[in-house]
Amino acid sequence: MTTAAGSAADGSAVGGSAADVRAARGRGSEASSRRPRRAGRPSAVARSRATPFLFLLPAFAVYAAFALYPLGRAAQFSLFEWRGFGSSTFVGLDNYVDLAGDAAFRAAIGNALVLIVFYAVIPLVVGLVLAAILRRGQVRGMGFFRTVIFLPQVIALVVVAVAWRQIYSPVGPLNELLRAVGLDGLTRGWLGDPGTALASVGFIGTWVEMGLVMLLLLSGMSRIPQELFEAARLDGAGPVREFFAIILPAVRGEITVALVLTIIAALKTFDLVYMTTSGGPGNSTTVPSYEVYFRAFDLREVGSASAVAIVLTVLIFVINVGVTRIGERAS
Amino acid sequence: MRVSRGEVVMNYVLLGAFALFALAPVLTILVTSVSAPLGEPAGIYPGNFVDAWTVGGFGRSLGNSVVVAAIVVGLATVLSIGSGYALGTMRFRGSTVLFYLFLLGMMIPAEATIIPLFFDLRTLGLTDTYAAIALPQVAQSIAFGTFWLRAQFRAMPVSLLEAAALDGAGPLRALRSVLVPASLPAITTMLVLVFMWTWNEFLIALIMTPSGSLRTAPLGLATFQGQYTAETALLAAAAVIIALPTVILFLFLQRHFIRGMLEGVAK
Repeated sequence: MTTAAGSAADGSAVGGSAADVRAARGRGSEASSRRPRRAGRPSAVARSRATPFLFLLPAFAVYAAFALYPLGRAAQFSLFEWRGFGSSTFVGLDNYVDLAGDAAFRAAIGNALVLIVFYAVIPLVVGLVLAAILRRGQVRGMGFFRTVIFLPQVIALVVVAVAWRQIYSPVGPLNELLRAVGLDGLTRGWLGDPGTALASVGFIGTWVEMGLVMLLLLSGMSRIPQELFEAARLDGAGPVREFFAIILPAVRGEITVALVLTIIAALKTFDLVYMTTSGGPGNSTTVPSYEVYFRAFDLREVGSASAVAIVLTVLIFVINVGVTRIGERAS
Repeated sequence: MRVSRGEVVMNYVLLGAFALFALAPVLTILVTSVSAPLGEPAGIYPGNFVDAWTVGGFGRSLGNSVVVAAIVVGLATVLSIGSGYALGTMRFRGSTVLFYLFLLGMMIPAEATIIPLFFDLRTLGLTDTYAAIALPQVAQSIAFGTFWLRAQFRAMPVSLLEAAALDGAGPLRALRSVLVPASLPAITTMLVLVFMWTWNEFLIALIMTPSGSLRTAPLGLATFQGQYTAETALLAAAAVIIALPTVILFLFLQRHFIRGMLEGVAK
């Protein structure tokens, strides 16, 4: 469940009911322009200072108990050696130190970086080019295309995994296609071959994320005022200069959001790996999420699993903040 | 602006190719789902869905998924409306810090919270319960819902609440009879997104039900794949059954899905 949207920290009007909001604004615009300040009153209808907390508390209690507190517990667990039952030993930062020399963990980080190329970089590059071409619009049935292109986002990843396992299978459609065009030499069990397993998992990620990225960029590009392009044309700019001078700067925000979402999706790949390769062959498709699960429940190294989980969390934070910062600085 | 005929044609070709790429795996699994099961002659077998349903026990796992989704969607929505209301329309000490704490929750991966939650809930004897599967997801959804509905309520004109106050409404009545009715589209978007995330959730359900007694639908599919690897037709039929609820919801409410996932995360 990725809802990473740190970049959108201070939410302005949500598209949700913009129309209702606008309608309501029209009616009471003069009243809403000045915010009356009544000392000590949280809002026009809330008289007591306790009121906001009454509304906030139930949500915060559940959130704190099932998200914040366990995160703290994970940090605590990561400092112990524990097999999931019986007594535990405090080992300080040893679990983290051990990770540095741990082949499986290093493979997981390396694989995650490769997956970022498949989940984030390829969809971004392809999405930019496609959206720039499609931007000029005038296509009937865009609604239909949008629905179909978005479809991979709503299908459960376990289902996606079942579908692609069949596609990649030694007797599956991909190999049939290769045989049909005479490329018999390329046929293989794509997920079982150490040389192609990671790329095969990554390509599933490309399939899942590509539509989201393209539609995100397209919606950004459709907001660029037409006059900008006309002015550029008058200055004799070709499509390439138009792309770099007008389109790219205008969709920086969308690029940032797309990168944050897809990079985090890559880092959190679990369902696909669990369902297609279980991290194999060898360590060739293991990822941080899978290492967390595998260490905690198969190796029974709860401390080490928690250390991986904390590293993953920090990584997600850093990428979220980092990509957003870069996006802001560029503008 | 004039667009040449050639360019329009190219747009159709590109979109068509892209749509085909998105659809190909879906079509593969649909075709496989009605293909001949192991040891049967070639043909069309719609009965695969019935067989997969009974063999895989999907009646039960889908039922479990419905219960979990109802708990998560119901609780998360009600609680987020409360927190979004407080953070979006009221001034009070600590509101900024609390908002950022909720925002943090959208970045905490389930991988980090689910390990300690599992062991702590096991100590309390609460694993293998609906609550154990649902509550961690309620917490995640509250982080998103608070963020989403705070923005929604903040965008409402202050005059709405002032008018409600003049009518003598208290904070609860103002929320129930003014803000919520005016925010139904945003609330619907939240409902469908949270439903989809919950329905498709795998890791939390996997870890929280070690005995397999409360398996949700995606877990049922994983187990099915483990037991009947060679039965590609039945496996595909089972996959279609699991995917169908979110896909149907998407087809009917796609405006909400796409808006939520495109504009919601943007600005």
